[in-house]
Amino acid sequence: MARYLLDRLLQSLIVLAMMSFVIYWLMGLMPGDPIDLMISADPKLTAQDAIRLRELYGLDRPITERYVNWLTAAIGGDFGFSRLHVKPVLTVLWPALGNTVILLGISFILSVLLALPAGIYAAIRQYTGTDYLINLAAFAGISIPSFWLALLLITLFSVILGVLPASGTETIGGLSSFWDSAKFLILPIATLTIASIGSHTRFVRAAMMETMRQDFIRTARAKGATEARVVWHHALRNALIPVVTILALDFGFLFSGALITETIFAYPGMGKLIFDAIMGNDFNLAMVAFMFATVLTLLGNLVADIAYGWLDPRISYGEGK
Amino acid sequence: MSTLAVQSKSQSTWALAGRRFLKHKLAVISGCYLIFICLLSASAPLFEFLLDIDANKANLFSRFTLPDLGAWLGRDELGRDVFVRMLYGGQVSLLVGLVTALVAATLGTIIGLIAGYRGGWLDAVLMRLTDSVISLPLLPLLIVLAAIDLSKTGLPETIIQSENISLYRIIFIVAVVGWTTVARLVRGAALSLRERDFVLAAQVQGASAFRIMSVHILPNLISPIIVATTLSIGNIILLESVLSFLGLGIQPPVASWGNLLTNAQELIFSAPWLAFYPGIAIFITVIAFNFLGDGLQDALDPKADV
Repeated sequence: MARYLLDRLLQSLIVLAMMSFVIYWLMGLMPGDPIDLMISADPKLTAQDAIRLRELYGLDRPITERYVNWLTAAIGGDFGFSRLHVKPVLTVLWPALGNTVILLGISFILSVLLALPAGIYAAIRQYTGTDYLINLAAFAGISIPSFWLALLLITLFSVILGVLPASGTETIGGLSSFWDSAKFLILPIATLTIASIGSHTRFVRAAMMETMRQDFIRTARAKGATEARVVWHHALRNALIPVVTILALDFGFLFSGALITETIFAYPGMGKLIFDAIMGNDFNLAMVAFMFATVLTLLGNLVADIAYGWLDPRISYGEGK
Repeated sequence: MSTLAVQSKSQSTWALAGRRFLKHKLAVISGCYLIFICLLSASAPLFEFLLDIDANKANLFSRFTLPDLGAWLGRDELGRDVFVRMLYGGQVSLLVGLVTALVAATLGTIIGLIAGYRGGWLDAVLMRLTDSVISLPLLPLLIVLAAIDLSKTGLPETIIQSENISLYRIIFIVAVVGWTTVARLVRGAALSLRERDFVLAAQVQGASAFRIMSVHILPNLISPIIVATTLSIGNIILLESVLSFLGLGIQPPVASWGNLLTNAQELIFSAPWLAFYPGIAIFITVIAFNFLGDGLQDALDPKADV
């Protein structure tokens, strides 16, 4: 187990290192470089100044050398300054991460809490009208474009009914209170929850149906266990194993959802931060935020692997992989 | 008499699959809808001609007009006809979905076949690569790829200046990250197929690795590949629409269902109905592709019940 964990950790680190180079290289291909931006900000700069600045910042160096310099500084804890926010990158990052954790955490819990009963019910009432309806709703949830869903919710609740704010985190000029902030969270959370509940329900249903076909379920029934005991005691516990894994793997998708939702609702989280940083040529911030997102996704995968073995003692990490 | 009865009952696998597919009502309806929407989108120039409309011509005197006989779905913020623009947008969105899915599936099939059939270190490297791509934050990566300045990549000027460059670009970048599902699927199946007797027989006869992969292994994998590819189209259309919505995908004046929604958020107070049509078109089309994939799965792969 320890050996396996170490292997996986090492593998994740390699992916992360490769990823950081690829992203660094891709960022270099984005339109405009830092010196161009300085020139456009200060018309008094001459062409000679630009060349001098380029040398000063090491931008005339080959990409590999620049990357190594960036990496050395980053490992030493120096992630540079954010151009857009005019602050060290990490001071911008932490509050955004906190906001995203709140948003994603609540929607994730809501989605799972709703998907579990729906998926279980659909699985044990297979091919009935209810199963059909739940399936239909799940497919609708998977297929709806989340940005359009957000627009629909804004149209309905902010424009037509006028009961909920369309964007931001608190009423401008108002007293900040828990309820005021909560009101601003309702629509983003609803968007993210609806966007992920469909696939979650289908995971649960599929896992539950698979388990209900197993021999030990037939054995439990043959021994005279009540249907409720079969479902809750025998089937659910086994069906949860793949569900937990897939939920942990789903983290990366949730992050993509956060980017869309946060951007539309002007919610200051990691998703909006990454988007704004990329669009605003804020290389340092984009780079670090991106690596953060990758680390979180890799962690999700790692947690999925560990949870799998922990929940199902039959899986051994020794041989095979 | 009896032989006749038996003969009329025996059917090919494909006929059986067809029968099973027809039982999946939602999939059949979805298939019909998709054929209809493809034909309708393809006939955009015809409607333009018949209704005497120019899809790209602005007319500021008729901004935001409601639907009437001349403009079936009304006009947008520049006074352009929404209906015809929706059809042109549909052409692009459907094209991107279908072509990207095919490119990604081809890429995934090749990688999966090589990994599964060759095995060894090549398999290890290719599968670690697959794992790595899956573990990347998809949307931020696509946004970076979509924002890249192509003149810095050393591509020929003729390609960069092309009017359809945003179309090629989105097909390329989504395919680059979208091949993993098919690759894993094909690799797993190829791994077990290569141990089978008919592959051994082919090897003994001296067939080349390429021939074994393409003639003996690939045909056995075609059903799961078709299912996975169909199921991926919906996702790709969603990705295209969100990138275009963010202003990074298909660039105006070329219309797509996604970029028709780009201004929707600003117009939400003045003309909320403009945000409705493209969104509902994406929604219904994506759900139809998902139902179609589900139906194909039931029909082609009856044992898998997911």
